[in-house]
Amino acid sequence: MQYLPNILFLVLLVLGIGYFTRNVKKLIRNIKLGHKIDVSDNKSERFKNMALIAFGQSKMVRRPVAGILHFIVYVGFIVINIEVLEIIIDGIFGTHRIFSPIGSVYNILIGTFEILALLVFVSVVIFWIRRNIIKLQRFWKTEMTSWPKNDANFILYFEMVLMTLFLIMNATDVHFQAMNSGNVVSQYIAPWFSELSENTLHIIERTAWWLHIAGILVFLNYLYFSKHLHILLAFPNTYFGKLRPKGELNNLEAVTKEVKMMMDPNVDPFAEPAEDSDEEIPAKFGASDVTDLNRIQLLNAYTCTECGRCTSECPANQTGKKLSPRKIMMDTRDRLEEVGKNIDANSGEFKDDGKQLLGHYITNEEIWACTTCNACTEACPVSIDPLSIILEMRRYLVMEQSAAPMELNNMMTNIENNGAPWPYNQMDRLNWKNE
Amino acid sequence: MSELLKVPTMAEFMEQGKQPEVLFWVGCAGSFDDRAKKITKAFVKLLNKAGVEFAVLGTEESCTGDPAKRAGNEFLFQMQAVTNIEILNAYEVKKIVTACPHCFNTIKNEYPSLGGNYEVMHHTQFLKTLLNEGRLTVEGGKFKGKRITFHDPCYLGRANDVYEAPRDLIQKLEAELVEMKNCKRNGLCCGAGGAQMFKEAEKGDKEVNVERTEQALEVKPEIVAAGCPFCNTMITDGVKSKEKESEVAIMDIAELIANAQDL
Ligand code: SF4
Ligand code: SF4
Repeated sequence: MQYLPNILFLVLLVLGIGYFTRNVKKLIRNIKLGHKIDVSDNKSERFKNMALIAFGQSKMVRRPVAGILHFIVYVGFIVINIEVLEIIIDGIFGTHRIFSPIGSVYNILIGTFEILALLVFVSVVIFWIRRNIIKLQRFWKTEMTSWPKNDANFILYFEMVLMTLFLIMNATDVHFQAMNSGNVVSQYIAPWFSELSENTLHIIERTAWWLHIAGILVFLNYLYFSKHLHILLAFPNTYFGKLRPKGELNNLEAVTKEVKMMMDPNVDPFAEPAEDSDEEIPAKFGASDVTDLNRIQLLNAYTCTECGRCTSECPANQTGKKLSPRKIMMDTRDRLEEVGKNIDANSGEFKDDGKQLLGHYITNEEIWACTTCNACTEACPVSIDPLSIILEMRRYLVMEQSAAPMELNNMMTNIENNGAPWPYNQMDRLNWKNE
Repeated sequence: MSELLKVPTMAEFMEQGKQPEVLFWVGCAGSFDDRAKKITKAFVKLLNKAGVEFAVLGTEESCTGDPAKRAGNEFLFQMQAVTNIEILNAYEVKKIVTACPHCFNTIKNEYPSLGGNYEVMHHTQFLKTLLNEGRLTVEGGKFKGKRITFHDPCYLGRANDVYEAPRDLIQKLEAELVEMKNCKRNGLCCGAGGAQMFKEAEKGDKEVNVERTEQALEVKPEIVAAGCPFCNTMITDGVKSKEKESEVAIMDIAELIANAQDL
């Protein structure tokens, strides 16, 4: 019987981590539904980007208020998690504060945790006020429907509760308070409980301890369903982020092959393709659904924190157009999840559901409003590239559906016939010289 | 304008068995758009003045394919690109300068993987080099002390991280450079990129160029400087819609420098 708590703890831990692993596997499976893309180049530059942008939060601080608050929560999150290590060991072996014998270092550590916990609590409260009382515009755009709004608030409540539990746990730990070192914050909370008997205190301390670790496990499993997934994915996402100049849009290789063939007088266009040529003709140009996108674009979708920095900088969105780069990312993720669930429900095989990302989630009107200005990619704190998805959809609309707006078709016909987007004769190209 | 501009073509250089120092890629706007042609000429005057041996492709030049690519027509883009690259490579072109950030971006970034490798410069970068090398001198002249704000073209700024060259040139004019609230990497688009120039905007509550023009007018400039023929058109239209065209001029950096010395 005396091992009951240990066993209970182990079960909780295994369940928590097990379910999380299951979802991570699903996540990877879903991302792999996208096309392969070679990102094995420039490892050192990629590591540097990850270190600066994800680890160092370099782009977060471009908006100083949110940036600094976020930095506190981020550091708090990482550092306080050292404490979780102790909790896990204590839980499994039935010990109490196993690291405490290391003495003064331990107290410095716990002291740091306590200060951070308080700072995190305060930051999270300010975050909540910015979202719900001040109602910063970017958190109230149309794509921020009830779930994204609730999700953001749940995360904040979770963090408030976890920090509170941590501080209460310390405040009601009689031995710890008696040592009176390291309890920098909790010593001020302890008096609130001074009326209570040692036994009651012990019960409160144990309850806080259990709720704290259970809360952490629940939170861990909440990630997969939430924009909070960015705390993990920001790292790979910034590693795989675009390295080339922002203005460079990729050249489609499949098109290059065809164009070279058309331009090469030595190629017989009617020749049968060589029997064993493994040259696969791509099923389609551009993208109309998530499975036409590449893996980085799908990883982008899961990484998006829905912060809306992209949308608030987008010229189309600022002038009232429907386009919102954040919505492009949220739609991509929602559709990818839908496809994933479809696969799960149909024993591993996707069953056509008559839906697509383009059309059912994203409209042509949104796609055509983009000026390809790169304000969104510049603003994103985690190196997401909404523009690349927009471009793939335009490619699909133009090359597969011939569904460009009429004026653009005129422009393209002009280029084809006159070598300029306007109906002028190429032979007149140098006339300006004598005008 | 009647004074003669020296604008040799690549074909002429070839005939004489010579190579120019640089190819001036004029671009479609620079060749055909009435406003942009003035920029082209201003830049040519500066090249002539500095004694730069340059050439143009003339009737052999064709659209880089930028608007087609950004409209989603990768086929048309690559057809244009491959055709242009064939000509550029046949002339053994090494260095290209252009006054259009879209041409600049496309040739510099999107041509290499299709076989076109050149050193590509935006005209503001090129002019700055000419100044640094002492081949061209700029005196403030007319623009001394004038309030000038610079609108960053997306395809020069964010797309390729060129922010300083145009500003350095404005400062050389001894003008007062004032920055808009959104400038450099936060610069707001003029609304023309991504083939928007060629179509009506989607439904919204404002035109992008008007929004940008309002930002420019906020800093009360006498001149809005631009570095792109499309931005130039968009901001000019914006200023007209605000009925400020008599107070605020929109000028390309090349025009500022050429005008400063009454070329
Ligand atoms: S690139 Fe397109 S989506 Fe991104 S900010 Fe510019 S207009 Fe908006
Ligand atoms: S794409 Fe980036 S900037 Fe836009 S909402 Fe997502 S995380 Fe924020």
